Amino acid sequence: MENHGSHITEYKVLIKVLFLLLLCTFLTISVTGFNLGAFTVTIALLIAGFKSYFVLSYFMHLKYESLLLRILVSMVFVLFIVIVLITFIDYSFR
Amino acid sequence: MSEHNTHVEEHRDDEASKLGMWLFIFTELLLFGGLFLVYSIFRMQYPDNFHESSMELSVTIGVINTVVLLFSSMTIAMAITAIQKKNKKLTLRLISVTVLMALVFLINKYFEWGHKFEHGLYPGSDLMQFLERGHHLYFSLYFFMTGLHALHIIVGMILLIICFVKVNKGSITNDKFVFLENGALYWHLVDLIWIFLFPLLYLIS
Repeated sequence: MENHGSHITEYKVLIKVLFLLLLCTFLTISVTGFNLGAFTVTIALLIAGFKSYFVLSYFMHLKYESLLLRILVSMVFVLFIVIVLITFIDYSFR
Repeated sequence: MSEHNTHVEEHRDDEASKLGMWLFIFTELLLFGGLFLVYSIFRMQYPDNFHESSMELSVTIGVINTVVLLFSSMTIAMAITAIQKKNKKLTLRLISVTVLMALVFLINKYFEWGHKFEHGLYPGSDLMQFLERGHHLYFSLYFFMTGLHALHIIVGMILLIICFVKVNKGSITNDKFVFLENGALYWHLVDLIWIFLFPLLYLIS
């Protein structure tokens, strides 16, 4: 799109993203330390999803890519979630 | 007009190259996605066995490898910033750091797996045959998923070494760096998969 998508991500931004990711990692460890039953997995997966959002948008530059690419990537994740849901419904009601 | 045609324009489309790389990444995501699905179903069926088995894994090694991969992901992203800013030296250094981190990850994995092998725990071992079904499934999935992931680390390392050679030779420059971008995308994929592998395999309560 603009200048062949040659957006330059500053070093500072990347360092900030790394610190956020590290913080999330330690948050995951401490959350799973407590026994919150079924919620533990949910919280751990939510944090993992949050982390992957930052890896995708800043490290993988998706934030500055074309709309087409961003839609395609989101569709893959939507597809995966649909597959998971269908499989779980199948297993729960047999 | 015809005089201008003698100038041969290089035919390249960076946008398309990246799109191609992303399409490949989609297949990788769904490959691991399928494994995560198998894992979730069996975990739902054998929650206690999965919990007991996961206690056998060292969370410390898992955390070290997570930090190593996140850090390497940042350094390779920085390498792209460096090449865009025409800083060849820094680009080479950052790629080297990333490859070094990949090596640290693999060494860690070697010790982690080696420890299990010593106890007779490896795919197809006598011990594995006599484990309870849930334990057997957990360790089979553990070895397969982390093994496939480690294979991706090795491929990523080779790709990044090729990037290093190309930057050094000058065939990757500040206005032609899509190869480095695609190499970096592959490396981030490896990191992305680990983000989900780590809590699912190491932290089960």
